[in-house]
Amino acid sequence: MSKPLIEIKNLSGGINGKQILKGINLSVRPGEVHAIMGPNGSGKSTLGYVLAGRKGYDVTGGSVTYAGKDLIELPPEDRAREGLFLAFQYPVEIPGVNNTYFLRAAYNEQRKHRGQEEVDAVDFLAIVKEKMKLLELPEGMLKRSVNEGFSGGEKKRNEIFQMAVLDPKLAILDETDSGLDIDALRIVAEGVNKLKRPDNATIVITHYQRLLNYIVPDFVHVLFDGRLIKSGGKDLALELEEKGYDWLIGKNGK
Amino acid sequence: MTTTKLKPAGDVATHLAAAEAFANSAPGPEWLRTLRRNGVTHFTELGFPTPKLEDWIYCNVAPVTKLAFKPAAGTDAGVTAKQLAPFAFPGWTGPRLVFVNGHFASTLSVLPAPQKGVTITNLAAALATGDQQVQAQLAHHAGLDASGFSALNTAFIADGAFISLAPNAVAAEPIHLLFVSAPGDAANTAQPRNLIVAGANSSAKVVEHYVSLGGAAHFTNAITEVSVGEGAHVEHAKFQEENLEAFHIATIQATLARDSRFLSHSISTGARLARHNINLVMTGQGVDCVMNGLYAVGGKQLVDHHTVADHAQPHCGSHEFYHGILGGSSRGVFNGKIFVRKDAQKTDAKQTSRNLLLTDTATVNAKPQLEILADDVKCTHGATVGQMNDDALFYCRTRGLGEVDARRLLTHAFASEIVNRITVEPVREHLEQVLWGRLEELIEKK
Repeated sequence: MSKPLIEIKNLSGGINGKQILKGINLSVRPGEVHAIMGPNGSGKSTLGYVLAGRKGYDVTGGSVTYAGKDLIELPPEDRAREGLFLAFQYPVEIPGVNNTYFLRAAYNEQRKHRGQEEVDAVDFLAIVKEKMKLLELPEGMLKRSVNEGFSGGEKKRNEIFQMAVLDPKLAILDETDSGLDIDALRIVAEGVNKLKRPDNATIVITHYQRLLNYIVPDFVHVLFDGRLIKSGGKDLALELEEKGYDWLIGKNGK
Repeated sequence: MTTTKLKPAGDVATHLAAAEAFANSAPGPEWLRTLRRNGVTHFTELGFPTPKLEDWIYCNVAPVTKLAFKPAAGTDAGVTAKQLAPFAFPGWTGPRLVFVNGHFASTLSVLPAPQKGVTITNLAAALATGDQQVQAQLAHHAGLDASGFSALNTAFIADGAFISLAPNAVAAEPIHLLFVSAPGDAANTAQPRNLIVAGANSSAKVVEHYVSLGGAAHFTNAITEVSVGEGAHVEHAKFQEENLEAFHIATIQATLARDSRFLSHSISTGARLARHNINLVMTGQGVDCVMNGLYAVGGKQLVDHHTVADHAQPHCGSHEFYHGILGGSSRGVFNGKIFVRKDAQKTDAKQTSRNLLLTDTATVNAKPQLEILADDVKCTHGATVGQMNDDALFYCRTRGLGEVDARRLLTHAFASEIVNRITVEPVREHLEQVLWGRLEELIEKK
């Protein structure tokens, strides 16, 4: 078995002193897709933000080892440069910043970090156009400002488009399915599936089982009250869909 | 707050004496001589505005009145074309009229090839040839009594730009008006008076550009009057990048006739104190106008925009977007008045003022001022003052941009939103160069 890409050990932390994560243990190996499910308020998005390094989201205990490094010590940009990608539940609008320009700046930061030469605008456009087909994105989107005036579906597709271009080792998709109609969901999921390789991994955070019909996970974990209270294979998601969370929460309730 | 008590008589004495001397002796047709004398009379009554006046509450002009008053009698022959190179727009092929200390400098200017129905010249020349439009329009838009500065400018009317378009004329290229303050130890005063008259269905793009060649304090007191005829389309961009000791007081007064379009940009980075009055009056139905503005200041600079969208007629739209970027201990003022008169039904007025503070010591007073006398109208306004958006900052960093680069990117983007509305590309390019330099300074010095 290969070494874990990310190893989360007994992680606890929260927002501005409020404890939300209460001892999370999770290992993800290259090639794997893990789904983290759970009811609202269980700490799903907090986990995503803690892993991405958002200000105000503090770690109070435990450790996270990512690609052999102490992840918690790294500022958000270094986590990104090391190949960690967070697809936001609510992608941020940045008026005045051209989508392509933004993405090229990000792409080149990551290349510089790896000691590679920066890519010029012409070469970058070729890369971008290739990846756009994957997400069935209209070319006009490249000329627009980052997420500005995008529909909910466009924003989510743009996240996965960024992921396609930046080619992360570990992608964390935070509620990527929320607000998507079924066609958009299918496009986004197919995009994620096409990006799957033996040397990268994905953590899918979701409230609904629906997305997992399209992105089939190797492992499913249930997050409740800051802990992973149950883990299993893809069938666990179906069981949750059928029975809800109550039967699990009952067993593990406070 | 501290109020400075000005004794009008004492402080204005030198200005008044100079204005009287000029109005009594300067040449010109009788109507103009009368106009100047009226300016003197109003200045005598008004003096300089004090912070006791509501419109000047955040804009203390006492330092302006203390500056030696040296109204320039003519252009400064010492200025060379080479000195103006930094102020050229990249790849510019259109006409450029240069004014030194408010007076036309023909040797530094590039006049356009003659075009039927299009007059692009200086006011002194138009007065000399007796152009009928000058008498018909000059001082018919901007009130002499709007403030002591307006009165003073009027008392000193001598030169400035004069652009006149016959009905249906379309100016072949955008027009660059460059107002240069000549270098020198002695502070000089420039009081250009510009007039733009666009006949029915005509079209022009005009750039009013204020710069300093030296570093010494100087005073610009400018008025631009614009008459936009029925169905005409005028884009007016003003860029003020004077030195950081300068005082800049200016009014743009536009009268917008039925179905006309007017696009106003005000970009202000320079001057120790800059006050911009931009007043648009919609006198016919179906007018569509945009007021677009950006100020980027630092140190102890004060920049004050007072805008008016006067909806005097129904079915007009006004759309206002102002962004401020403030570093150091600078101060910004934005006062946006939307006036919807009694019969101006179906008015669509929108105003947004957003301010980005780069330091804890920078301040902004942003005030929308709505006076609505009609009942079937759509008026929206919003003003924000704040630090950089943390969500956007984090988003950039999760994509690999370092914190400083992310801040830089977001600050530039905030400015770009405004600059991108200017349709003349070489102007945008010049602005980007100057602005980016200025923003770097502000970000570094924060």
